[in-house]
This record gives sequence, C-alpha cells and structure tokens, in this order.
Amino acid sequence: MPTVKMTVNGKAVSADVEARTLLVHLLRDKLALTGTHVGCDTAQCGACTVHVNGKAVKSCNVLAVQLDGAQVTTIEGLATGDTMHPMQEAFRNNHGLQCGFCTPGMVMSAIDLVQGKPPLSESEIRAGLEGNICRCTGYHNIVKSVKAGAEAMQAGKGR
Amino acid sequence: MHNFAFHKPGSVADAAKAIGAASDGKIIAGGQTLLPTLRQRLAEPSDLVDLGAIADLKGIKAEGDGVTIGAMTTHAEVASSSVVAGAIPALAHLASHIGDRQVRHRGTIGGSLANNDPAADYPSAVLGLGATVRTNKREIKADDFFQGMFTTALDEGEIITAVHFPKPEKAGYEKFVQPASRFALVGVFVAKTKGGVRVAVTGAGQEGVFRAKEVEAALGANFSADAAKGAKVSADSLNSDLHGSAVYRAHLVSVLAGRAVAAAK
Repeated sequence: MPTVKMTVNGKAVSADVEARTLLVHLLRDKLALTGTHVGCDTAQCGACTVHVNGKAVKSCNVLAVQLDGAQVTTIEGLATGDTMHPMQEAFRNNHGLQCGFCTPGMVMSAIDLVQGKPPLSESEIRAGLEGNICRCTGYHNIVKSVKAGAEAMQAGKGR
Repeated sequence: MHNFAFHKPGSVADAAKAIGAASDGKIIAGGQTLLPTLRQRLAEPSDLVDLGAIADLKGIKAEGDGVTIGAMTTHAEVASSSVVAGAIPALAHLASHIGDRQVRHRGTIGGSLANNDPAADYPSAVLGLGATVRTNKREIKADDFFQGMFTTALDEGEIITAVHFPKPEKAGYEKFVQPASRFALVGVFVAKTKGGVRVAVTGAGQEGVFRAKEVEAALGANFSADAAKGAKVSADSLNSDLHGSAVYRAHLVSVLAGRAVAAAK
C-alpha cells in the first residue's frame, strides 16, 4: 500500500492508503476529521471542499496519493484555539446555515473566494460560490455571511 | 472505484514508459473528469500514471506571436495569467468560466483536450484560434486534433506536453450554460486571425467541437455581431435532447457568435 505524507491543519501526517483512497476518505476515516462532509459524492455539491496548498478543491475528487507533500487545511484547522476564523464567526452571526450540512464546504470556499481580493458584490459572491450547493436553499444568509466574513477578514481581524 | 497501481513519474519520458508498461493504463492530469468516471466504474484501468509531479508540463509563457501553455497548467492559472490576458483575453475569460472554482484549481488544459468532452470549453478555443497541440512525439494542428466525441488524434499512451496559441487580431467566447450542470449547452469561440475568421462551436455538435462554416463566411465578409446573428446554421448534425432541440442549438450558435463578436478584444 502506498504511504502518503502531508501536512493537515499544520500537523505532519503519514498514512498507508490504497491508491484509490480519496482525500476526503483519508481525512474522515483515517484522520477522524469528520467536519469535511461527503454530500453528492459526484464532485458537484462542494460539501467536501478543503484547501490544498491554499486553494479550494473538492476532496471527493482528488486521490490522497496525488497530494503527497501537500498542505491541507480542513474546517477543523481554521480556528485559533477558542477563537473562530472571522468567516466562521460571520456564518454564526448571520445564521448562514439551515441544516448545516453544506456549511464546512461553504466556509472553506468562501475564504478562498474572498482572500486577498477587494470587496466583492453580492452577485460576485453568488457566482463565486457556484461550486457549492445548499439543499435547504439558504443562500440569502450564506451570501450575507460571506460579505460580512470578507469585511472582517479585510479589517485585519482575521487572515 | 476499483483499485489500481499508481505511478507518479518525475519526467515525461518516465511517464511514457510507465503507461507503455501498463496492461490497461490511464493517464491522470487534474482528474476532474477521470475520477468521477472511475468512481462510477465506467472505467477500470489497471494503472494510473499521474502527471502532477512533472515540472516541465506546468507554466505559461509568451512564445513568438502567441502564448504557450503547459499541459498541466490549471484553468485557474490560465484565468489569472497576465501573459494570457495580455495576448488573448478571450482565452483567460474562457478559462475563468470552466466548471466551478474548485474544479478550476485542479482541472488542466491538457486533461481537458485529451478527454475532448463534447461540451468542454477548451476545445473551442484550441480549434477557434487554430492552436497547435504539442505532445511527447509531435505537433498536431487543431484542425487535425479533434476527431469526434471523446476522440482525438492522440495515439495510445501519447502525452500532451503543451498547447501553443497564436495571437489573433481579436477573439471572443460566449457560452449558454445548461442551468443544472453548468456545462455549455452551446459555446462559441470566434477569432479574427490573419488567415481569416474562425468560429468553433462546443456543446452543440453530435461529433463534439466543430467549425461553423456558415458563420465564418458571414463574418469573413463583415466582422460584426449582426452578420453573425444573421448567419443560418444547419441543425443537421447537432444534438437534440431534453435541454434543447437541434434547431434551438443551431439558433444559439448564431446568437452566441454575435455576442462573442460584440465582446471580442
């Protein structure tokens, strides 16, 4: 079985996996990081979104063995101690969720979308989140959350 | 997904060796189409040869009067490249609308072309601009590369290394997305080049990407949005499905060609 080494949420990890193991299964089943969700399992819904080398990708659509040596950040890696990431805080403050299943993917995508950019308009946020689907259709508050999270990140309260 | 032997060669030569030695091997680039295919067990390769560790296949550079893009360059990299935006803004625009944000971070130009999905965006740019596909064996002109749905001129185990796009005088790309899948119901790439006007259509043809000769003739005579919109496109070899009839798609080709001309830079 191939061995994969990567950095997950700042910690070096090493695991023996079958070649066919998807990143999301390594995260959930081997590393017990179950915040990353499997939604559609067909690479459409974005619930499994994590950051690989700082960029949002769907962890159900990449093999763990393809990412040997990569830096991976999951929803569990965003907070600093007890302080949530400003985007997480914004989702909480704006009730940017209904059932919450899509939320980890939404937050990871949102951070990738707004990071280092000038403020985005509502329509730019909506278009930018096209890779994430909320089955509750709770987009209104999600968009509000992303706007607020982006402002908080810009204000230097976050990263 | 069935298991397979996984190879991650460091050079194109080693990748060619690995794919040659496999009994039923597949090359994986970004994997954004291949992995869903494997997971549905529509393919069961014995080996996967990952091109992700080959540095020579990545990157964008100005070359001659145009741009050369390495096969493993992602859609996001093409979309945000100042070299591409400077030489062929329509190509950067096209790349920025492929799939979604997450897909654009993994999907590659080489993977898209080798797969030749009949609704993929890149084939229309390659054919529309008259680009050249470079492989580990030869150079293939766009007009010879695409040979029908999911079919290309690539030999078994032949590896795309880069694509060279000549700079057009002007080019534009417009697509009409299927609202659920976001794939192109019809996408039209229009390029005004020194050799004439080229119009390539994706999403509509039964045999994948094709050149719309009727629109090319109209735009050759008068490069204007109205001329494109006025061109009658035959519905004979176009797709008909629950998302749109062949006649509807034929109509969209003219309309989108007009929009692409209006947006051309």
